[in-house]
Amino acid sequence: MSGRAVTGDQQQWSRSGEMQHSRGPYISVITNRTTNLLIRGAMLFSVGVFLALVLNLLQVQRNITLFPPDVITSIFSSAWWVPLCCGTAAAMIGLLYPCIDSRLGEPHKFKREWSSVMRCVAVFVGINHASAKVDFANNVQLSLTLAALSIGLWWTFDRSRSGFGLGICIAFLGTLVTQLLVYNGVFQYTSPDFLYIRSWLPCIFFAGVITMGNIGRQLALVSQSGTLVKL
Amino acid sequence: MTLREQLREKISAAFYRHGLLCASYPVPIILFTSASILTCCYPLLRLPLPGTGPVEFTTGLRDYSVPFHEPQGDFGERPDWYRGPPVAYIQQVLVKAAVSPWDNSLVPVDVFRSPLGRVFNLLEEIRNHVHSDSSGIRSLESLCLQVTDLFPGLRRMQSVLPEHGCLLVSPGNYWQNQRELFDSDPDPFKTIQKHEPKGLHTSATLRDLLFGVPVKYSGVSHYNRKRVVTYTITVVLSSYDARFLGSLRARLKQLHPSANCTLRDDHMVHVHFKEEIGIAELIPLVTTYIILFAYIYFSTRKIDMVKSKWGLALAAVVTVLSSLLMSVGLCTLFGLTPTLNGGEIFPYLVVVIGLENVLVLTKSVVSTPVDLEVKLRIAQGLSNESWSIMKNMATELCIILIGYFTLVPAIQEFCLFAVVGLVSDFFLQMFFFTTVLSIDIRRMELADLNRRLPAEAGMPPPKPGPLRTREVPPPPRPSPHTITLQTPAFRNLRLPKRLRVVYFLARTRLAQRIIMAGTVIWIGILVYTDPAGIRTYLAAQVSEQSPLGDTGGGGLPPHLGVAPVFRGGDPTSTLSIHRAPDPTPLPENQSQGHHGPPRAGPIPQSPPAVPQITWGEEDEEGWRRLSFRHWPSLFSYYNITLAKRYISILPVIPITVHLTPQEAIDARHPQDTRHPQPPIPKISADLQTDLTLYKVAALGLAAGVLLVLLLFCLYRVLCPRNYGQNGVPHGRRRRGDLPCDDYGYSPPVSEISPLLLRGHSMDIECLASDGMLLASCCLAGQIRVWDAQTGDCLTVIPNHGMTGAQESELRRRTTPSRPTLFIDQPDLTPLIDTNFTSQPPSHLSTPPSPSAYASPSSASSSPSVWAMELRGNLIAAGRSSGKLELWDAVEGSLRCSNEDGVSGITALAFLNNRIVAARLNGSLDFFTVEINKPLGLLQYRGPPGRSSMPQSPCYSSEDVISCQLTRSVQCAHQKPITVLRAAAGRVVTGSQDHTVRVYRLEDSCCLFTLQGHSGGITAIYIDQTMVLASGGQDGAICLWDVLTGSRVSHVYGHCGDVTSLVCTTSCVISSGLDDLICIWDRSTGIKLYSIQQEVGCGASLGVISESLLVTGGQGCVSFWDLNFGDLLQTVYLGQSSDGQGVRQLLVLDNAAIVCDFGSELSLVYVPSVLEKLD
Repeated sequence: MSGRAVTGDQQQWSRSGEMQHSRGPYISVITNRTTNLLIRGAMLFSVGVFLALVLNLLQVQRNITLFPPDVITSIFSSAWWVPLCCGTAAAMIGLLYPCIDSRLGEPHKFKREWSSVMRCVAVFVGINHASAKVDFANNVQLSLTLAALSIGLWWTFDRSRSGFGLGICIAFLGTLVTQLLVYNGVFQYTSPDFLYIRSWLPCIFFAGVITMGNIGRQLALVSQSGTLVKL
Repeated sequence: MTLREQLREKISAAFYRHGLLCASYPVPIILFTSASILTCCYPLLRLPLPGTGPVEFTTGLRDYSVPFHEPQGDFGERPDWYRGPPVAYIQQVLVKAAVSPWDNSLVPVDVFRSPLGRVFNLLEEIRNHVHSDSSGIRSLESLCLQVTDLFPGLRRMQSVLPEHGCLLVSPGNYWQNQRELFDSDPDPFKTIQKHEPKGLHTSATLRDLLFGVPVKYSGVSHYNRKRVVTYTITVVLSSYDARFLGSLRARLKQLHPSANCTLRDDHMVHVHFKEEIGIAELIPLVTTYIILFAYIYFSTRKIDMVKSKWGLALAAVVTVLSSLLMSVGLCTLFGLTPTLNGGEIFPYLVVVIGLENVLVLTKSVVSTPVDLEVKLRIAQGLSNESWSIMKNMATELCIILIGYFTLVPAIQEFCLFAVVGLVSDFFLQMFFFTTVLSIDIRRMELADLNRRLPAEAGMPPPKPGPLRTREVPPPPRPSPHTITLQTPAFRNLRLPKRLRVVYFLARTRLAQRIIMAGTVIWIGILVYTDPAGIRTYLAAQVSEQSPLGDTGGGGLPPHLGVAPVFRGGDPTSTLSIHRAPDPTPLPENQSQGHHGPPRAGPIPQSPPAVPQITWGEEDEEGWRRLSFRHWPSLFSYYNITLAKRYISILPVIPITVHLTPQEAIDARHPQDTRHPQPPIPKISADLQTDLTLYKVAALGLAAGVLLVLLLFCLYRVLCPRNYGQNGVPHGRRRRGDLPCDDYGYSPPVSEISPLLLRGHSMDIECLASDGMLLASCCLAGQIRVWDAQTGDCLTVIPNHGMTGAQESELRRRTTPSRPTLFIDQPDLTPLIDTNFTSQPPSHLSTPPSPSAYASPSSASSSPSVWAMELRGNLIAAGRSSGKLELWDAVEGSLRCSNEDGVSGITALAFLNNRIVAARLNGSLDFFTVEINKPLGLLQYRGPPGRSSMPQSPCYSSEDVISCQLTRSVQCAHQKPITVLRAAAGRVVTGSQDHTVRVYRLEDSCCLFTLQGHSGGITAIYIDQTMVLASGGQDGAICLWDVLTGSRVSHVYGHCGDVTSLVCTTSCVISSGLDDLICIWDRSTGIKLYSIQQEVGCGASLGVISESLLVTGGQGCVSFWDLNFGDLLQTVYLGQSSDGQGVRQLLVLDNAAIVCDFGSELSLVYVPSVLEKLD
């Protein structure tokens, strides 16, 4: 029914969250570093899983218009490991970004606000929405548009070289992993257009990495300032 | 670069002028903006309203031809969806069958068994029908809609729905269209019921699909009174062939003629279906909306320092929304019809347009100097941000332009909307929002002016006149400037978790609301599921009014199934007239049923002889009675969507089948006769159901009443009788003590009871402590020394100058009953609180007796004490005459005095045997205290409880103490010195001349003069870590680096004087005349949050630990959690408080708090805090 649903191109939708704003103050209570890290990881993970499910649904819809009575099953139509992978990837990326920032010694100063993060998430969902809903003339056009949108996302919300580099790396890696999975026949695309996979995959990966990084940084910032107040 | 600069200047100037304009004429501009918004939104009226109901269009059958794809000229009222061929043509064959004449030997199953059996003959007839003429031979196979697999996930329907062939549905599908299966089926009714979904069903059920008529019209049931079975055979055709259909119609009519049928068959109805939104589509949509709301929430949360935060947030949202509406309206006006789904792209449009500019504008305007005129503030704020606004706007336009060149229609349309939206948003920001902002700022200034006067007037003395009683704690005022942490709510109280949950449930009435919402949703689903049912019910009710009045007799309750038959009753049928009085036996039968169930035999009492088959107008378009999801769900089973497409429904072919009783008996299954008879005679079945309904209703009512009574009894038993009244004395006693929330719950009492130190006759002026001793001085000039641990009054130093001789004489008196040195003031009798009688009697607790020998002859009232400090057991008191005195705190003797200065001492600092005195004339004197210790004299001092305590500078009573002026800085400040603080070897002074000076304590050298305030300095904080904070009358707070003299940060937080400043390691806490307590991050200078207090509070602050703040209020002190800004507890100081404010507050080392409370001192221990800290 939904070949594309199972295609696992949702690996990238491991990003973003709108739920944790309410938790800001509670993080501040936690001074323990490990606990803090764990909580952040858990939050990022849940965000990743949530987004993977929702965005997967977005892809599923494209192929069917009227739903059978059992709609709920179609939410979980993808393989069970896909949301888990997305969640794990989200947690890793979200923790990696602030870590790299502190290693490089150039703290990210650009637009560190929750509203900006929300905007970023919304744009990311929008990019996915566009890739799922808008009919493009051909795949090259689709890929180019998505690439432009992703770069625009980075320019609007990130603008850090480390973010760009990491985004490119992870997008590349993610595409490679997907490629390997497809080679080994774990899943397939309904209409592959570039060496067995969809050519727009890296763009989505990139946008997802940027979004997740944004969230991770914001979470790290909140917990930092929380400990600062506490100490 | 120069061009850029020029451009920038020009833009800035233009914005400045624009700001002036907006602030000058707010009302006309707002009117103009609203008018333009309305004008731009006007074209929206022409857009169709969204809805999911199907739309119909009727054409004639004779001249029907498939409509073209392109609209060909003007076809009048032809709708725009009527283009191209339909998805399918629906031909329904409506069969009404009955066994007639009815015979008493027949069993109820006969009502539908043989009529249903006829469907197989008909199906065969339809399938095999062939029409041949000159153009060839056509059969159903060639015309019908060929379907393939069922939708995956519908496996359970595989046995009943056709696959791989013509889409032809009929009741025969239950038995795979095979007669043998039907004949061998012992219970056809059960087979039908088997496929029904359990519970609530929201869309068309399988039974509806196969029968083609709603369940209650089909007549397939054991209680069918009419004994007429109705069903349809639905043929779905992919192409329309008039001749084939015509011949089929003729053939069927010829086989089964319907005598009295006058159905019209010349109209074809086209039904267009809108797109339906499924749950799966809804979830991403809801997600995007949630993200959108989070974005708006986080954005508007940043609006601060304005009069009405909510108002401005609303204005911001209105700006964005109306700019979107304007953009859609304008695009429609210029001929672009929106094809995108508005609901889907809307969040993205909002995000693209964004709220940033609005916030930037607000921030910029708010941060302009407060003392400027409103107009100028707006103009300045606008022009400050003009460049960045224009730059952002240009960038966004560029990005959107790039998007436009992707040449994808959907993206192009989105970009077009976004561009127009951006421009109109800019317009609205400039005109609408700026004006609203100017109004808001003006209101804030007015409010400030109104508030400032009483606050200042009532500040220094405790309020005279009628004051609020403590029983009525002042309600928390809504903050005009900042987010108020809603003071006494539950999250502020430290409660056990389970209690919090219970309170939360109780407060929000969660359970009730969920139940209510559930009920509403359930009713909504019911209404939504079957609108047709309700409609027909109403129609039936209405139509019953007249015809049933004479046919039904008196006792017949209205029944739904009766209505269509009687209404369409054919006058030609004689039987129907005979049947009309038929129901008259009903009441009789019912009564028999009541007192004689055994009489209910297998044979009905008065069965109708011949079931009447009638054809009415409602049969003409029988599909209307079906759910409007009937056709979409049928097609969706084969993965065919009807969304945005249409189907054409052909006129039904009516068929009447009469079966003889013999045929019915022949068709019987052997088990049919063995079936148990339905327990209730069929004739009264309807009545019976009605009766059951009434019974159920009555029982339900009774059960409800019983339940209520039971609960009431339970309540009476379980709850104490005085449950309701208990609250009143409770409230009276405790509402003052503890913060209650709006619902009157009060938290568990934790025992913090203040210790009142009474003795002063007038209001306390100065308060000093070194951790163990506490010295206080009242307006009368009397100094009292208290033990900070126990609250005992150790010494009383009356307002007298003393000679050295008396002093030495007094020093020798060590008797327990040492009299205090009084007294020429008669009102000082109640000196010792009776509370102290319970404590071990000390030599100090004896009531003073005015003794003659104690009254010094040379006593003359000395000038009042303006400043006092306490170190070790030396009290340094600065008097208004400029005299500095050093008193022994334990013995109450004057050790030395210095009268070098003549100007009154306004502030004193006592640090490491150095005393710094600030004088009224702005000079600063440095004194050194020298102790000449007589050798070998070690004297026992004070009560044993204090002996273990470290004594910083130890002065024994035998020492000779001298105080020498080491240096006098004559002109330290131009104006009187208001604050003096010393710590870490530095002395810091603040003066009304707007400057702060830092001196080194050792050599009295002026290190820095710190300038930065635009008002007199009112508060200074310095601690051992060399952090210096100063607050001024301008409401500004400056943080300085004492080592370099540079300003670290400069923030504005108060609308009025900063009255008090305290720092912890991570934050700075300030309180102001505006009764606001602000908490700032110390390193970044960002305001973390602020607490709005009641009027007249908040002048005094103290920090007990890193996370515990204490503030003085009207007759109370409040404890706050600094990490959350929660109010932990409020401790009321007196029983009969007259609302005196706490003006001075000292935090002692042992987590005790001392504060003045009119003429009393209050010592508050915070035991719970100590536990919490550990």
